[in-house]
Amino acid sequence: MEVIYNILEHILPFSWIQYDFMKNALLAVLIITPLFGMIGTVIVNNNMAFFSDALGHSALTGIAIGVILGLVSTDISMMLYAVAFALFLNYIKGKKTASTDTVISVFSSFSTAIGLVILSMGGNFSKYSSLLVGDILSITFKEILMLLGVFIFTVVFWVFFYNKMLVISINETLARSRNIRVKFVNNLFSVVIALIVMMSIRWVGVLIINALLILPAAAARNLATNMREYTLFSCIISITCGLCGLVLSYHMNTATGPSIVIVSAVVFFMTLIAKPTVKG
Amino acid sequence: MSTHNSKKMMSIIKYKDKACGLHCIKVNNLTVKLGTSTILEDINIHIHCGKMTAVIGQNGAGKSTFVKALTGEIPHEGTIEFKDKRTNCDSKLSIGYVPQFLNVEKNTPVSVYDLAAASISRYPAFLPRKKALREEVKDMLSLFEATDLIDKPLCDLSGGELQRVMLSLSVNPVPNLLLLDEPISGMDDNGTRLFYENINYLKNHYDLAVILVSHDLEYVAKYADSVILLNKNVLKAGTPKEVFESDEFKEVFGHISFGEVSDGSNI
Repeated sequence: MEVIYNILEHILPFSWIQYDFMKNALLAVLIITPLFGMIGTVIVNNNMAFFSDALGHSALTGIAIGVILGLVSTDISMMLYAVAFALFLNYIKGKKTASTDTVISVFSSFSTAIGLVILSMGGNFSKYSSLLVGDILSITFKEILMLLGVFIFTVVFWVFFYNKMLVISINETLARSRNIRVKFVNNLFSVVIALIVMMSIRWVGVLIINALLILPAAAARNLATNMREYTLFSCIISITCGLCGLVLSYHMNTATGPSIVIVSAVVFFMTLIAKPTVKG
Repeated sequence: MSTHNSKKMMSIIKYKDKACGLHCIKVNNLTVKLGTSTILEDINIHIHCGKMTAVIGQNGAGKSTFVKALTGEIPHEGTIEFKDKRTNCDSKLSIGYVPQFLNVEKNTPVSVYDLAAASISRYPAFLPRKKALREEVKDMLSLFEATDLIDKPLCDLSGGELQRVMLSLSVNPVPNLLLLDEPISGMDDNGTRLFYENINYLKNHYDLAVILVSHDLEYVAKYADSVILLNKNVLKAGTPKEVFESDEFKEVFGHISFGEVSDGSNI
């Protein structure tokens, strides 16, 4: 840990790097942003933006359940609830009976409302309000290592399942005919999103998380013509915006998450303007 | 593109056993229920390799459901057997599928190479591409002269181009059954004719059976070896001539006359 801190202090000529919380935040951003840039590409391709949004909100309910059960660490209830919620949403989506967007929205609002009601009991919701925008400056080194674990896990998952998810996103029957277990892969991916979202929600925030997942991929889409470019651009945009947002928030004394979102949105609009020249 | 050229290519690249007529696919008592309604009821079909079977019927007759049941995408009752007559053994049925449409929105950055490489290889499509794999994909696409399309995004392909790409994909590896789901929508007459020529070539030169879900009765009449008229269950099955002249057919489609109706002997 000290070694990494020393290296950071030596290679970065900025005044803010002397603070340990900024070093931690920097490391966290360097792990979270490429992770989000990467999974964002598939979320956008598979039209799952709504899905990841609903998952983010389910964190509130998961924590609320933990509070009711009197758990010491609400992380566990949050994770379990998110995984269950993800599988449930997938099941609903597979039914194809009603408009998926509407149904997900209904369950998501319902679940969030329950969470908010429980957490606001006795009038002390302010205790949990940091969950809404997140606080990356409070991350500890140990938690960064956990994020790194999630990152490595996701990369491994990516290597094994990326091709399958790609074919599924193009046509499910086609995937099925090529012996891809569509339901299994879809469920697995939902669980992976659920875990990633839950692992990072405290630092990123319920209100912001979906923007961080979607914006880099959406921007990359405007420039890329194949999956390699798509993934690469999305990660680069995500990391760049993350770093800019972090530094800006330090100098302007604003919340980090929303600052990153604003930078990402500006980049998105720039790619929108650049699109006709890049893609012809 | 000329069919001639593609045939030459094909024989150079991958020439598998010519249809031997000794494999058969049996669909027994296939029933699909969705909630309380029955979409397909008690379908019994017998298909040999080297034959093209066209499934026709009106919208909502259950044609697409039939395809999805065959691939195993939706659960069904009844069995699908694949038998080798020489050994009389059951083996696993492999399916090549050409979808009716792809759900790619405009602006989706998936190129032909991406889909093809992701389909035939385990090497993740988000990593820098490998030269050998690219050559393999090129070879594969050359079957239907789609090599030039390799770097085009899927969403920018015309109906005919997409068809050629999907056909190339569907016969790699060569399946026991080639399933084509209403693939002719959005194509001009010339493209449609070429498409049927291509399938005809595949079925004659590869060891596979073809099931084609089609709206285009005129081409079915000309190219299919047998026809299945579907409306929840099999109303009529037989050679194109038998089906097209049947009362059941006239009840569903009214009186239509065709210049050339195959009696199933043009194989």
